[in-house]
Amino acid sequence: MRTIIAAALALGAATALLTGTAQAQPQQQHLRIALREDPDILDPTLSRTYVGRIVYAALCDKLFDIDEQLRIVPQLATAHRWEDPRTLVITLREGVRFHDGEPLDAEAVRYSLMRHLTMQGSFRRSEINTMESVEVVDPRTVRIRLKEPSAAFLSQLTDRAGMIVSPKAAEAMGRNFGTRPVCAGPFRFVERVAQERIVVERFPEYWDAGRIHLNRITYLPIPDNTVRMANLQSGAVEFGERMEPDDIQAIRRDRRLRVVAVDELGWQSLQINVGNGPRANTPLGRDPRVRHALELSLDRQAIVQVVYEGAYTPTVQPLPPANPYHVASLRPEPRNVERARALLREAGVTTPLQVELAVPNNPDLRQVGEVIQAMAREAGFDIRLRAVEFASGLQAAQRGEFELWLVGWSGRVDPDGNIYSFFVTGGGQNDGRYSNPEADRLMNAARAELDQEKRKALYEQLLQILVRQDRPRLFLWHRKNIMVHSARLTGYRPVPDGLIRVQGLRFE
Amino acid sequence: MWAWLLKRLGQILPTLLVLSFLIFGLQQLMPGDPALILAGEERGDPQVLAQIRAELWLDRPLWEQYLHWLGNVLTGDFGFSWRIRMPVAELILQKLPVTAQLAIMAFLIGTLIGVPMGILSAVRRDRLADWLANAVALFGISTPNFWFGIMLILLVSVQLGWLPPSGYVPLTEDFWQSIATTIMPAFVLGTNVAGVLMRHTRAAMLTALSQDYIRTARAKGLTERVVVWKHALRNALIPVVTLGTIELGRLLAGAVLTEQIFTIPGFGKLVVDAVFNRDYPVVQGVVLTTALIFVLLSLVADLLYMAINPRLRQA
Repeated sequence: MRTIIAAALALGAATALLTGTAQAQPQQQHLRIALREDPDILDPTLSRTYVGRIVYAALCDKLFDIDEQLRIVPQLATAHRWEDPRTLVITLREGVRFHDGEPLDAEAVRYSLMRHLTMQGSFRRSEINTMESVEVVDPRTVRIRLKEPSAAFLSQLTDRAGMIVSPKAAEAMGRNFGTRPVCAGPFRFVERVAQERIVVERFPEYWDAGRIHLNRITYLPIPDNTVRMANLQSGAVEFGERMEPDDIQAIRRDRRLRVVAVDELGWQSLQINVGNGPRANTPLGRDPRVRHALELSLDRQAIVQVVYEGAYTPTVQPLPPANPYHVASLRPEPRNVERARALLREAGVTTPLQVELAVPNNPDLRQVGEVIQAMAREAGFDIRLRAVEFASGLQAAQRGEFELWLVGWSGRVDPDGNIYSFFVTGGGQNDGRYSNPEADRLMNAARAELDQEKRKALYEQLLQILVRQDRPRLFLWHRKNIMVHSARLTGYRPVPDGLIRVQGLRFE
Repeated sequence: MWAWLLKRLGQILPTLLVLSFLIFGLQQLMPGDPALILAGEERGDPQVLAQIRAELWLDRPLWEQYLHWLGNVLTGDFGFSWRIRMPVAELILQKLPVTAQLAIMAFLIGTLIGVPMGILSAVRRDRLADWLANAVALFGISTPNFWFGIMLILLVSVQLGWLPPSGYVPLTEDFWQSIATTIMPAFVLGTNVAGVLMRHTRAAMLTALSQDYIRTARAKGLTERVVVWKHALRNALIPVVTLGTIELGRLLAGAVLTEQIFTIPGFGKLVVDAVFNRDYPVVQGVVLTTALIFVLLSLVADLLYMAINPRLRQA
């Protein structure tokens, strides 16, 4: 036994000694980023996951980008103009090269946009399906014709649909392009080991090379929040994305770390089944007054305080404050249990009214469910919680097997992306089957309106119907992207989309 | 002997076939539509969903899907991961060495601690050593791996800064760094194995030590060392070998929670991610490989019995 203990101790000591380098200084200007999930395929046409976009921020430049105020700014394009509401002309930057040395010209842009539109399995198609054709005017100019006017089209080009891939590489690799992507971003692909790491290195011929100071970036998927935190604290990574609100305090105490929290583009909501199958046939599904009563029973600020340490922003609308279309006059009504009870009486509901609330099976969202349950009870709701695993929940929601369902959306830059498919009649994410012809009219008018002021007025009208009259979905809060990085790292620009833009990042 | 071995090997194929059918059937019982998951935030578009279903054969009858898959597997093609579009065979080959390294390290730690501790506590029954060994075993068995893992990370990596908190470096890339990234998870898993092995070694040794032949051996005047090591231990080892191979198989099947905590990209993490994303080809491929490992290990266990116990060789 003694020998064993001695051997074990010796082994431990030897390992400790030999691995004293575990925490060694990272290589000069080598950034290690802890991701919350492992991205899916790295092909801008085929990929779906949010987390993949964080990697694209280094790999693939887009025609346009967005800035901190969600304004659309040029990236691979230098300018754009609408010839008429259905014709967009884009001027391209000169002297841009892909990672394989090929020049990025109008033909490459046409190729990429058509690939996004027509490739089998493309996830970009639904984003740009208003596009009719792309013409090469000259090597630096493309003309895009749309089937119908679309105010949201330009904003789609600020994301994956606007990423331009090397036609030569894409032709050569076919559907396997994502295993070795070739774009025109500041970093080029080095290797990927699934669920372990994605490595990219600085591309010396990048068009904006002066703003690139890092030599190498390694993306490490670390799903467990505690472990992601431990990696940051021990210096094994220098950047962690989408951290939890309860970590903010601990990070603020740590002088080696910095925390940045910025409102994200999306929302969290309670979706109500108002028309999808028999489960919609409840007082809550039938009567907007009952839904109003439920809303009045909730104190959003308190929910956010209890579960998220007050880090998130309570809301009643799908557009976060950073969005230029945000309607400032729409604010959460204060909690009013008396009025909630009165509304229920008026609606002829016998209390307690039983309602089933489906919540995703995450610790924080389960807790949200419990707080809602406690608050609504005082107004006369008897809420039963059902925790569902994400995949099963999606299917149940689509089939109408829910009454009330706690569900979020990561958000889009253009307001259409935060509203349309959730509320329009027959909309793909309108699982509660809400339908109101007037709301449909406003939504369709708003997506075609290119004048920002007129468009804003349309959304204001629409939101009055959605959040003050019909209430098919109760918006609860806008999350925050909580980003943590090493204090030695400077130049991080927080943009509400949560992407880690590598331009300007450097270690001091 | 050779006929026996061939017969055993011949049994493997039908076992795997039945199993593949079971995996396929059970997967269909899982709620959740793979197309919805794969479509991600584009799930609202019926066109996207139809496209995914057509591409992945999800719109065909079940028997057709199964035969298609089985036919491919028989030609060595496990299909490709729906989520990251990598061939499943390649994924398995990428993850197997990782899990194998972790499993072998954990198994060695478990055996080197568990078996000697079991022997010691049986020989020193009801004395301090026995009591201590039992306490250690109880700790190993009853401490949840995720808790022990996180505590180790907080202590060893965050407080002391001795080892990297998570991640993995392949043995071929940097031997010592590889050991550094796997020693903590291996220890967490190893303490568990040690606990189990200690309890069983102790029980088997106590039974063996109370047998008549041991009394005879002692009466013959053999030293205690010879009695314990040569007579008692050899007989006590048979159940321990069985258990050891089961434990090794369990480790090779992937330590789901431990791999998740330490972000070790092995089988456990692969299969969990695949289940949550309804990435059926990966689940099928991994479960089938795991089953093959189990079947082969049970064969190894049988061969080991014969090595330990000559009486079995005639059977």
